[in-house]
Amino acid sequence: MAHTPELSPSQPSGALPRMAAPALQPTETGTGTRQTQLLARMLLTPAVALLFIWMIVPLGLTIYFSLLRYNLLDSESAQFVGLENFHYFLTDPAFLASLQNTLVLVGSVLGLTILLGIPLALLLDQPVIGRNIVRLMVIAPFFVMPTVSALIWKNLLMHPVSGLFAWIAQLFGAPPIDWFNDVPMLAIILIVAWQWLPFATLILLTALQSLDEEQKEAAEMDGAGALSTFIYITLPHLARPITVVILIETIFLLTVFAEIFVTTGGGPGLQTTNIAFLIYSQALIQYDVGGASAGGLVAVVIANIVAFFLVRIVGRNLEA
Amino acid sequence: MGQITLQNVQKSFGPVDIIKGADLDISDGSFVVFVGPSGCGKTTLLRLIAGLEDVSGGNILIDGKNVVDVPPAKRGLSMVFQSYALYPHMSVRGNIAFGLKMAGLPKAEINRKVEAAAATLNLTPYLDRKPRELSGGQRQRVAIGRAIVREPKAFLFDEPLSNLDAALRVQMRLEVTRLQKQLGTTAIYVTHDQVEAMTMADKIVVLNGGKIEQYGTPLELYEKPANLFVAGFIGSPKMNFISGEVAGRHGAATIGVRPEHLKIARDGEGWPGNIMVAEHLGSDTFLYVDAGAIGTLTARHVGELDLSAGDRVLLSPDPGRLHRFDESGKSLRA
Repeated sequence: MAHTPELSPSQPSGALPRMAAPALQPTETGTGTRQTQLLARMLLTPAVALLFIWMIVPLGLTIYFSLLRYNLLDSESAQFVGLENFHYFLTDPAFLASLQNTLVLVGSVLGLTILLGIPLALLLDQPVIGRNIVRLMVIAPFFVMPTVSALIWKNLLMHPVSGLFAWIAQLFGAPPIDWFNDVPMLAIILIVAWQWLPFATLILLTALQSLDEEQKEAAEMDGAGALSTFIYITLPHLARPITVVILIETIFLLTVFAEIFVTTGGGPGLQTTNIAFLIYSQALIQYDVGGASAGGLVAVVIANIVAFFLVRIVGRNLEA
Repeated sequence: MGQITLQNVQKSFGPVDIIKGADLDISDGSFVVFVGPSGCGKTTLLRLIAGLEDVSGGNILIDGKNVVDVPPAKRGLSMVFQSYALYPHMSVRGNIAFGLKMAGLPKAEINRKVEAAAATLNLTPYLDRKPRELSGGQRQRVAIGRAIVREPKAFLFDEPLSNLDAALRVQMRLEVTRLQKQLGTTAIYVTHDQVEAMTMADKIVVLNGGKIEQYGTPLELYEKPANLFVAGFIGSPKMNFISGEVAGRHGAATIGVRPEHLKIARDGEGWPGNIMVAEHLGSDTFLYVDAGAIGTLTARHVGELDLSAGDRVLLSPDPGRLHRFDESGKSLRA
């Protein structure tokens, strides 16, 4: 059986980059190639340099501040203290609490958006009248700014006196829930999940639309019912977009701030303080720039650890 | 058993009639090819038989039982799709086993059947690969393996070879035909390629505009086409059609003569004309001749002919193999 070359599995993955089209310049001399490379590097330099400076200056300053005792209330007396800020930040009981809050928030929102996003995407994939308008409405929350949506949730929906949820609870004779006092973390999770559900739905919907119709028909001929088709055909097809959703949402969910700031302010106590909010309070409530910088660096490390595990666990799906 | 009967099967999508009443009787074990130009409804007819589309009218009988309300999986047919429609995340083994797994067969039996099917198709070394790691021909055979493992009453093929290159297509054509004969299972095969139809079929259904134009063995279609459409569609190069006065002399509105039934001579009797193009293939010579009022004629000569463009030739039809058609295009039989 003849092999078409591009389908051959034996091609070493480390071979020539496919997109580089080496066949285009087979007649060029070594000098010519080197000149082309030099030109390419020179042309790329300004962009790379700009990006580098953009990144390295803030990072360098943060590292610098993290080594100082530097309080805005007493900025004259800034002095070098070594790793003391890191020691205080990491041993602060607020740190562990906020780390846990961060992970709970990220994990819950991921779970909610994917578990609800899949059925929503399946529904939106059905041919119904006014499908385009329905899709637009579903996607709309994503375009509402976090501050605005948090305010709407706080004052119009979750308010224990004048909120819609309180009114509904009273219809059934139940006492209204004071969301931000009784279940503050759940309230934050609901708000953030509401914002990110459209994103997950949208990505999953486009993936569903790219599912080969003949594959579903083949499964139908093979005797698979709706549930089997979903488990054996649709869900594996969605593995890759689900990975994309997890990776992208994680990046943004680690730094959720506006929703917390507008609603609970990290409280009650530390119940809704995540790492981002902790750093904020360190810097702009306690005016401790040194401690906040140390916290920022810790957050960078945590983000990298999370990214490392994520890529190991789910990143496999991204390889073709 | 796998006898399939269509009784006045109709299909319309909204106001558009795709299949305008098809009657067909496919006997058990035969290889039937649906052929026709694109948009003639051949794939729709196949999907109606498969159950992937619902009929708008008429009956489909499989072994005497009306199946129009039976879901696809319960009809006992299996289908090979044009795109193969392999499940990309499953191994070859998983692909072939899927139908059996859905049918709830015990694991040992599934394994035995999958391995038997793989052996038939020389797929044993590839059982644990994913479809993307296979070549086009191998994917094709996995798709066929998925069909045969269920031991269906009939195979349905939807242009399965159209994605392969020419050499591989000829090879797979042979393999499919041989496999079908070996298994003795009824097969319905859709193609737009009349060479595929002629070489593979026991019987051919020629479709045009949602109607069955003719149903017969390949040679019946070649020798006794029912109408102008079938005459023009079957045979390569196409049959020459001549109308007007020349046809009138034979008592017909149109006469048709195949390129291989035109005698080529430099002098003597016949229709005179100038060669526009001469194609020399070694085994055959094709001449495209401008025969004035008669029109452009194609002539085929077995072997080499020392003629080139611009030469004057005389073409005379083999009187015994002349096809005559009336005004409506129907064939006139002597």
